[in-house]
Amino acid sequence: MKRAFLGEFEEVVLLTVAILDESAYGVTVTQEIEQKTGRAVGFSTVHTTLQRLEEKGFLSSRMGGATAERGGRRKRFFMVTAAGRKALSEVKQIREQLWDSLPPQTLQLMGG
Amino acid sequence: MKNPPRWADWLLETFGHPDTREEVQGDLLELYDYWTETIGERKARWRYSLSVLKLMRPLATRKQSDDYSPPFFGSPSMIRNYLKIALRNLVKNKIYSFINIGGLAMGMTVAMLIGLWIYDELSFDKYFQNYDRIAKVMQNGTFNGEVFHGEYNPAPMGQELRTVYADDFSHVIMSSWTRDHILSYGDKKFTKTGNYLSADAPDMLTLKMLSGTRAGLKDPSSILLSESVAQALFGTSDPVGKLMKIDNKLDVKVTGVYEDFPYNTEFREMKFIAPWDLYVSSESWVKRAQDNVEWGNFSWQVLAQIAPNASFEAVSDKIKNIRLKHNPETAFIKPKVYLQPMSKWHLYSGWDKSGNLDGRIQYVWLFGIIGVFVLLLACINFMNLSTARSEKRAKEVGIRKAVGSVRSQLISQFFSESLLVVAFAFVLSIVLALLILPVFNEVADKQIGILWTNPIFWLCGIGFSLLTGLIAGSYPALYLSSFQAVKVLKGTFRVGRFASIPRQVLVVVQFTVSVTLIIGTIIVFRQIEHAKSRPVGYDRSGLITVAMNTPELHDHYNALRDDLLRTGAVVDMSTSSTPATDLNSQNSGFDWVGKDPNFKDNFGTIAVTHDFGKTVGWQFVQGRDFSRQFPSDSSGMVLNETAVRYMGIKDPVGKQIKWNDTPYRVVGVIKDMLMGSPFEPVYQTVYVLNYGWANVINIKLNTNRSTSESLARIEAVFRKFNPGSPFDYRFIDQQYALKFAAEERIGKLASVFAILAIFISSLGLFGLASFVAEQRTKEIGVRKVLGASVLNVWSMLSKDFVFLVLIGFGIATPIAYYFLHSWLQKYEYRTEMSWWIFAVSGLGALAVTLLTVSYQSIKAALINPVKSLRSE
Repeated sequence: MKRAFLGEFEEVVLLTVAILDESAYGVTVTQEIEQKTGRAVGFSTVHTTLQRLEEKGFLSSRMGGATAERGGRRKRFFMVTAAGRKALSEVKQIREQLWDSLPPQTLQLMGG
Repeated sequence: MKNPPRWADWLLETFGHPDTREEVQGDLLELYDYWTETIGERKARWRYSLSVLKLMRPLATRKQSDDYSPPFFGSPSMIRNYLKIALRNLVKNKIYSFINIGGLAMGMTVAMLIGLWIYDELSFDKYFQNYDRIAKVMQNGTFNGEVFHGEYNPAPMGQELRTVYADDFSHVIMSSWTRDHILSYGDKKFTKTGNYLSADAPDMLTLKMLSGTRAGLKDPSSILLSESVAQALFGTSDPVGKLMKIDNKLDVKVTGVYEDFPYNTEFREMKFIAPWDLYVSSESWVKRAQDNVEWGNFSWQVLAQIAPNASFEAVSDKIKNIRLKHNPETAFIKPKVYLQPMSKWHLYSGWDKSGNLDGRIQYVWLFGIIGVFVLLLACINFMNLSTARSEKRAKEVGIRKAVGSVRSQLISQFFSESLLVVAFAFVLSIVLALLILPVFNEVADKQIGILWTNPIFWLCGIGFSLLTGLIAGSYPALYLSSFQAVKVLKGTFRVGRFASIPRQVLVVVQFTVSVTLIIGTIIVFRQIEHAKSRPVGYDRSGLITVAMNTPELHDHYNALRDDLLRTGAVVDMSTSSTPATDLNSQNSGFDWVGKDPNFKDNFGTIAVTHDFGKTVGWQFVQGRDFSRQFPSDSSGMVLNETAVRYMGIKDPVGKQIKWNDTPYRVVGVIKDMLMGSPFEPVYQTVYVLNYGWANVINIKLNTNRSTSESLARIEAVFRKFNPGSPFDYRFIDQQYALKFAAEERIGKLASVFAILAIFISSLGLFGLASFVAEQRTKEIGVRKVLGASVLNVWSMLSKDFVFLVLIGFGIATPIAYYFLHSWLQKYEYRTEMSWWIFAVSGLGALAVTLLTVSYQSIKAALINPVKSLRSE
């Protein structure tokens, strides 16, 4: 299979789903990202990203958990798939490799 | 409590993606609560609406997974699949595929051949690099109300243009006419056609020199040979510098060899070029004309290349009064000198009587239109058959959809099928064209090849194929693919009552074209036959002519005649100024008692010898033939009947006629002898006795002997008297047949196209009939069970087609009448358009239709109804 690339926002969403574990669905993901990163994200953006990640095979979903406050509508819960975990760890690995290969003086200049 | 905007909900309900609508609405409601708490209701409503807008399709669609089709011709594996299925379909329906591919290929072949023919016609003379600047010097005038054009020029014309109008011309070339000449080198002698041209002609014509230089012609005793002539005379040895002879009298040195002119140029017959100066110095009459500045002797051709900054119109305007200036007495014909650009030489070589340009261009148009129509016929078949069959395939569409085909896949499927058929047809048509080209070239008198390296050819071919494929495939692809699977499979699906109307219209178009072509062909051939069977007023059989082109023949004429008669192979022999098939000398300046002084006379003038009449067998209406018994016949004159009518005199025999103040006495009147075009009236012609004005020897063969033996004997005599020349003779009947060559060529091509057109049309009918029969198999079965006879079924199925053909015939008749009527007007001597021609064409088309349709309908009628009704 060709390598599926992970965009920056996709990475954030994928990580958030992983953090939320069993309780990741549209609302919680939106709120979590807002609280953790302090950036105001639109629900539609989160929604389409979740879908895209599912299409890429990084997420899987199931329906469930209808509540009254939702007007009896079910939620779509997302879970990170094996491919998603692999993609995340690959991204992390690449980041670490890049940081490691940074020369020390540059690191100092950057205030690190 | 919570009341997010209603309209936003409605929007989401309507335009949101159905797969995710539920969870999205839930999520949004939950978030609305959260937003009302955190940022207030007003902002929450705002955010809610914004999110809804962003979540509508197509802004937020759920993309289809990569596992399934990319929308159109995407993945190679799918294309392979489409092609495989298309191929299987073709193989499964062999007759249908054959009709489709064969018919289309045939149409494409015809179009391709016609296209190549037109391309060849349009690219005539483009070989010359100065194509855009070369012109012929011509003149026109009005004589007896008719506009005439001439390319004959007087000898001083070249000098005048070269000196007085030096700024307007880059080159001015004097030219003799392309005629037969004898070229000899040692023992080798050949008759070759060539010209005498001014020394800068090779530059103007941009000769491609293989050896020697273009400047070679500047030496007045030189000759430039074409490659083919050089090969014939000198073989492999280098010809440059060799000494040879023209017409056994002029010694010249070969100073160059040029590449033969291509076939589609005006100069293709010019196999050698000798210097104009040599011509002038060797022919006393030319020298006289040039030295004495004779503006009245129009015997040569003048070619010119205009200066780089000049235009043909401007230069024509400057030179228009040259003739008037030098021959002021010709003012009554309003002579005008002008330039005719090279681009018009070939296609616009003629003029009608009111002086409008005319010529081969009308054949280019005619064939272009025929080509388009034949191609159209083939395309109509293709479209008709694919739409007819597509109804049958409605079920297939239903099943494909039921098992999960997406519409775009069906579209691709149908398009790839039609494109495959077209691709096969295109390849087949190239093969066919290659096979037919040799025959086609012979009929059309051309040397055309497939333009393998011409991008326009491929662009047209492939572009046309794509277009046909897309148009023909569009009906099944776009219409059928829209069917709903449920309806089609349930059997409630009906193709509309009017679905077959476009098809019927197309069949009518096909037959209109076919019948028009048939009528046209018959009339063209009738016209040729009509002219061929026209009485010519002399006896062509066993009549040959030999050119009298050497001084030896002139000097020993009487001895030659005696020897020839003694061989027993010759009945009679004479000389004349032109062969019996030519009338190329006209004169005015005649006067007779009773002539209106304002009458501008013009007569064809032929010089003959005493035995001419017996040789050609002309017939006298009044008076007698020239006779040696009457020495006064040396100033005798024989008239043809037209001349007598033209002069308006009664009982002309014995009357005096003056020609340029020389008196002649009429000795006889002959029946009109057809010397000019067989499509024109016979020209008023006078025949006078003159032994010095002979150009050809006429020989009447003894028809009791075999022609080859006679010719051998005659040749032996000629060898004795004329040792330097090859013995070349022409049969008058063959020469006469050549007069029909252009018409016959057109007729042959048109008949081939007409046959193809009717064939392609009936091929289409055959396919349609088989389709209809198949579609109505059940109905036929039921009818038979209920007692219908084979004849009933046959007439039921054939009726519709016959009706269509009759409509086609009805439309074709006035169209054909209109075009052929105007075509026939071109000819003075023309055939009638009898009603039976139209009737025969209509009946012919009808017969072909019935034949085609009957096969299928009888087949359908003979099927045992048990078989057709048993299934399902």
